[in-house]
Amino acid sequence: MDFLIMNTMGFPILSALIFLPLVGALILLCIPGDTAAKNWTMLVTVVTALVSLPLYWNFDATTAKYQFGEHASWISALNINYTLGVDGISLLLILLTTMIMPLCVLGSWRYIDKRVKEFMICLLLMETSMLGVFMALDFILFYLLWEAMLIPMYLLIAVWGGPRKVYASTKFFLYTLAGSVMLLVAIIGLYLDQGTFSIPALMGQDYSTTFQVVVFLAFFLAFAIKVPMFPFHTWLPAAHVEAPTAGSVILASILLKMGTYGFLRFCLPITPEATMIFVPYILWLSVVGILYGGFTALAQQDMKKLIAYSSVGHMGFVTLGIFVLNQQGLEGALLQMINHGITTGALFFCVGMIYERTHSRELDAAAGLGKYMPVYVSFLAFFSLSSLAFPGTNSFVGEFMILVGSFTNNKIVSAFAIPGAILAAAYMFRMLQRVVWGRPVNPDHSGISDLNIREMVTLAPLLFFVFWIGLSPAPFLKVMHVSVTHLIEQVGVASGGAVSVAKLMLP
Amino acid sequence: MKLMLFAPELLLLLGSLVLFLVSTGKVGGKKARAVTLGLALINVLVCLACVRQEGTLFYEAYRIDFFSQLIKLVIAMGFAVVLLFSTELKGIDDDIRPEYYLFLTLSTLGLVMLVSSVELLTMFIALELSSYSLYILVPMRDDRTGLRMQMESAIKYILFGVVATGVMLFGMSYLFGLTGTTYLVALLPKLHQMMGNPAALIAIVMVLGGFFFKLAVFPFHSWVPDVYQGASNETTAFIASVPKVAAVAMLIRLTAMATPEGQAIVTLLIVLSVCSMFYGNLVALVQTDMKRMLGFSGIAHAGYVLLGLVTMQEVGYATSLYYIVGYLVMNLAAFLVICKVSEHGENLAVDDLSGLHKRAPLLALTLAVSMFAMAGIPPFVGFMGKFMLLTGAYKAGHLPLVILAAINTAISIYYYLSVVRVTYSASPEDRPAVVVGGVAKAVSVALVMIIIAMGLLPDQFLQLATDAVRAIL
Repeated sequence: MDFLIMNTMGFPILSALIFLPLVGALILLCIPGDTAAKNWTMLVTVVTALVSLPLYWNFDATTAKYQFGEHASWISALNINYTLGVDGISLLLILLTTMIMPLCVLGSWRYIDKRVKEFMICLLLMETSMLGVFMALDFILFYLLWEAMLIPMYLLIAVWGGPRKVYASTKFFLYTLAGSVMLLVAIIGLYLDQGTFSIPALMGQDYSTTFQVVVFLAFFLAFAIKVPMFPFHTWLPAAHVEAPTAGSVILASILLKMGTYGFLRFCLPITPEATMIFVPYILWLSVVGILYGGFTALAQQDMKKLIAYSSVGHMGFVTLGIFVLNQQGLEGALLQMINHGITTGALFFCVGMIYERTHSRELDAAAGLGKYMPVYVSFLAFFSLSSLAFPGTNSFVGEFMILVGSFTNNKIVSAFAIPGAILAAAYMFRMLQRVVWGRPVNPDHSGISDLNIREMVTLAPLLFFVFWIGLSPAPFLKVMHVSVTHLIEQVGVASGGAVSVAKLMLP
Repeated sequence: MKLMLFAPELLLLLGSLVLFLVSTGKVGGKKARAVTLGLALINVLVCLACVRQEGTLFYEAYRIDFFSQLIKLVIAMGFAVVLLFSTELKGIDDDIRPEYYLFLTLSTLGLVMLVSSVELLTMFIALELSSYSLYILVPMRDDRTGLRMQMESAIKYILFGVVATGVMLFGMSYLFGLTGTTYLVALLPKLHQMMGNPAALIAIVMVLGGFFFKLAVFPFHSWVPDVYQGASNETTAFIASVPKVAAVAMLIRLTAMATPEGQAIVTLLIVLSVCSMFYGNLVALVQTDMKRMLGFSGIAHAGYVLLGLVTMQEVGYATSLYYIVGYLVMNLAAFLVICKVSEHGENLAVDDLSGLHKRAPLLALTLAVSMFAMAGIPPFVGFMGKFMLLTGAYKAGHLPLVILAAINTAISIYYYLSVVRVTYSASPEDRPAVVVGGVAKAVSVALVMIIIAMGLLPDQFLQLATDAVRAIL
């Protein structure tokens, strides 16, 4: 257990974070009334967020080991343990999750008017399983939470979704589940090879190349569907469009990050040789995703669809950053995961706010709203700028680091990725222009009110982080630095022979 | 204290005598149900009390060990749960309800005796006692549709059943001819010496066939859809769950006979397992009748259970046992919902569940949990069971089988999910609200709890199963 620094905070903080929402959901079962349910969920998520803050303060950024560790035997017959831990890779994702959840509750305050209690229970169950996925250091614990998450997410879309909710929810469920079936087989294979399900213990072992390739492919399928990478992305627009606002936000901000988190946590350190073999293909797939997402977003009329396709592009940048396998690329990718969570989450909130007022997400129907909703469009403008990586906002830092990383690795691939940044500006400005000014003749928006306090409170924290990360990213980068260096060592150590092969395959 | 060894069987026997007397008079279904329910609940307690008994009876033809007693407890619980939720017994005419309960009890008695039998003829008699009672239960359904569907099902059931029995008897005659004994204890060592002998293999396979029929493994599955559809919902709930536990128990006993040189048996089991999984899952995809769908899904689950048997190891047997008990619970939960939603005991189409989450939220939740569990989604028992079966089979070196099973999991999601989809996404239109009694509510909550508990804390359950299997190896 030398990879784990046991928790010394006096109480099991990670378990507390996982179980707080779960217990909250159970208690919520007995709370009557819609308003009470909302208040209670708000309370639970805020408390969870507050409890998670000490993670940042007490985090030791000088070690790559897993901190705040907890370890207990769970299923002794198969050597399955309840092991939790946080390192520089998962820390920010955990904080992002706990911070986004109260906003989701706030954002669905008026949007959800039927079956409120069940909705809130689903949100809390989501929070439990998402936090668990980022903290789990045991494969079975990870897989259990990873799969269990599908059920509340499925219900969020299937019960509270839009007109095509049945199609979207079924597609979401089938895609993600079919992807992770082989993941389980790969996990069992690793277990039989090493006799343990402990994730850190499985890293850096001397697996044969064939075995690595097979395991990598099983992992890759599961995570690439979740990211989603081109060509596995088709479930995403459907799910985003039909999901309720909070569902879209969770999906964009946190669920998509699990795919890239999976790459960082499993593919790279456990199967480094296979990673080196597949790097060229994945880089090109990322570039295709960036360009495809950009061009498709340019053609959308539905605002949610537009943002959904922009997600495909942005996540393409993240996978690009991960698989260039150097310090800038990986740190940029990790930061970009957080940025995308903040910015795209905020944009989905913005679309939800229009939808609550006009009951439409069409760009044409929202044209010229700027005149009536000045506060709203200022928020929208900042988030759109952030989404297209305008200097001074958070995404600029992330995308810049990714591109720096990829240029040192491979100039041709990076050159092909650059138009993606321009495309992002094109589709975002197109949306912004329509919403703020519209055409000479716009639909009648009289009687539409601007944002109320609740909605401003929902968006303000996100805007704050947009600028904080944009102007001073150091506090965020410093916690991941050592872990990323360690990760690169893990990939580098075992890949001596394969590098040259990879070089040969690159143009 | 020989009495304690035989207490569950005696109790059920006495109970069926009482029910026989009751059925001769003009007593309605209500009283007969009260008697049976009381009997079933006491039976659970008695089984619990006898769970650590050990010994042999009837010239060693009947063995009581932890394995048999644990299975008896599970059977008793299954029997009690079926009775608890089939409050109204909607599909059966009131004047034949006492007889219905009588044969249900007799069938349970047969199963309980079966798992203790360690002699071929005893085994055969116990199996037939249980089977014939079930054959009679099927046509007891009232003829509301006027199609006499239940008669057709009953005829199919009995014909297929008799053929399976015939095959099994033929196999038993081979075993006797080869070894000169019908006692498993004496039979095993002799059989081990002649494992290369094709006659021995054929004998074992034919005997297994009888239990494959009960469990609905691939070539012996053809009765399933029609019987499920033709029998009343409550009868199907019983047929679909309780006898399968006994069948798996006996399969474990018999497969253990073939170890350790049973390579041919292993190959056979693998083929049957793959066929069952693919056939069951693929055909289930297109079903519109809820019970038929569950029937085909049962065939697929039988295939999963065989994954544990092919390992030919203690752990594998234990996971098979764990899985089938989990399946019993998931299946009972699903049938509970079917029985309650069906207004007058008619069959349910999947579409009849539309908007169930508005008509009866608890039932919708129970159904969703049951479906997700059967599909193998964590944190439910179906996931843990499948995971352990896959691990075991992988460990024993059957990687292709594991991959095929994983693919099947992915296939099966679709039809389980479509049930959940209808329950949660479709609008109820003008379907009536569902009335659920307090007992049924309590039972469904309990079943959901068990499904989750077995999935999250499998250690204790697995330990019990391992202890049980160890008792017979």
